[in-house]
Amino acid sequence: MHELSLCQNIIDQLTDLAKLHDAVAVARIEVRVGALSGVEAQLLRNAFTLIQAGTIAETAELITEETAPRVTCRTCGAESETLPNNLSCPVCGNLDTKLIDGYELILARVELVRNED
Amino acid sequence: MCNTCGCNITDGNRHLLSPPPNRAAQISTPEKILNGLLDHNDQQARINRTRLDAQGVLTINLMSSPGSGKTSLLESTIRTLQGKLRIGVIEGDLETENDADRIRALDVPVHQITTGTACHLDAHLIHSALDRLDLTKLDLLFIENVGNLVCPASFDLGHHRNVILLSVTEGDDKPAKYPVMFRAADLMLISKTDLLPYLTEFSPVRAEHCLRRLASTAPALHLSARSGEGLADWFGWLAAEIDHYRELLKERQTLTPRVESEGRRLHAPGPQIVFRPLAATT
Repeated sequence: MHELSLCQNIIDQLTDLAKLHDAVAVARIEVRVGALSGVEAQLLRNAFTLIQAGTIAETAELITEETAPRVTCRTCGAESETLPNNLSCPVCGNLDTKLIDGYELILARVELVRNED
Repeated sequence: MCNTCGCNITDGNRHLLSPPPNRAAQISTPEKILNGLLDHNDQQARINRTRLDAQGVLTINLMSSPGSGKTSLLESTIRTLQGKLRIGVIEGDLETENDADRIRALDVPVHQITTGTACHLDAHLIHSALDRLDLTKLDLLFIENVGNLVCPASFDLGHHRNVILLSVTEGDDKPAKYPVMFRAADLMLISKTDLLPYLTEFSPVRAEHCLRRLASTAPALHLSARSGEGLADWFGWLAAEIDHYRELLKERQTLTPRVESEGRRLHAPGPQIVFRPLAATT
């Protein structure tokens, strides 16, 4: 979907974080992208290269970790990985499941560069 | 899908791309940093919902492919419910006032948002549109989103329910092809059922099965805005939702689309922060 505006939001957060921790640059960030988040990891990476220019994260490396959907079954209790378009329980086949992973879009890890002097 | 052509930038969120020069002077708080990546939109959506709740306006976000009959459904709905409910409409299209003109002809307050190249509505666009409607004179507001089964699903507008149309002229496996969209449905409407005799390849049973495989318990109703078949069930669903919403408002609660109340987990623990000395990177 809207990877460009999401990247602007990431940059805003990085700018705030760098200021909070007196960092001079952002070296590397990791973003978790759920398969059902509506965000395409490849497009996010492409957009980031456009948006990072001239910001505190100008030379930052963006790592995306794509997560598959995981469900817990309300009938048999099993926790399983599923496909985005089939969230039924792979163990017992029941359709009454709860999505516990795969919907998220999270800034998971940030590496900041600090002047140690 | 969107970022290559820039269609994700709307009049509503353009300001996010050009930060004010004094942004660095803004005060950071840990809470702010914990906020998620779609936070700008979600914050505005919460403001919109509060505003709608203050006037008790149940707001339905209608989403579907282009041409699946959203505007025709609205016309039939307005014709039947006019006089019983005070209805308003926000229309979203890339260009033209055509849909708004069709609704306006029924003497209902309507505001057309033309998004230019943007393929979805966002909470900022709805915020501006709400300024153009007298919410004190409405019971029910329909937002007809841009015809698109991808992007609109990702934006909370501050509405209360998502209704997704699937017309029988499309493939019955659409819920399997667009799981992010169909998982967001609080109600799926299989539309244009008057054409079913000519489109034997479309199986409503298969369409509903694809929806159920998304662990969705949303009802699936069949209707034809043209023949009127099935419209009574749709009106029944609307009436029940309005009653439910009004009960919640009495208890100072509100209604959010199922998928929103599930949460995007954007407010999960903040990022792990690691430091590198400057010397090591040069």
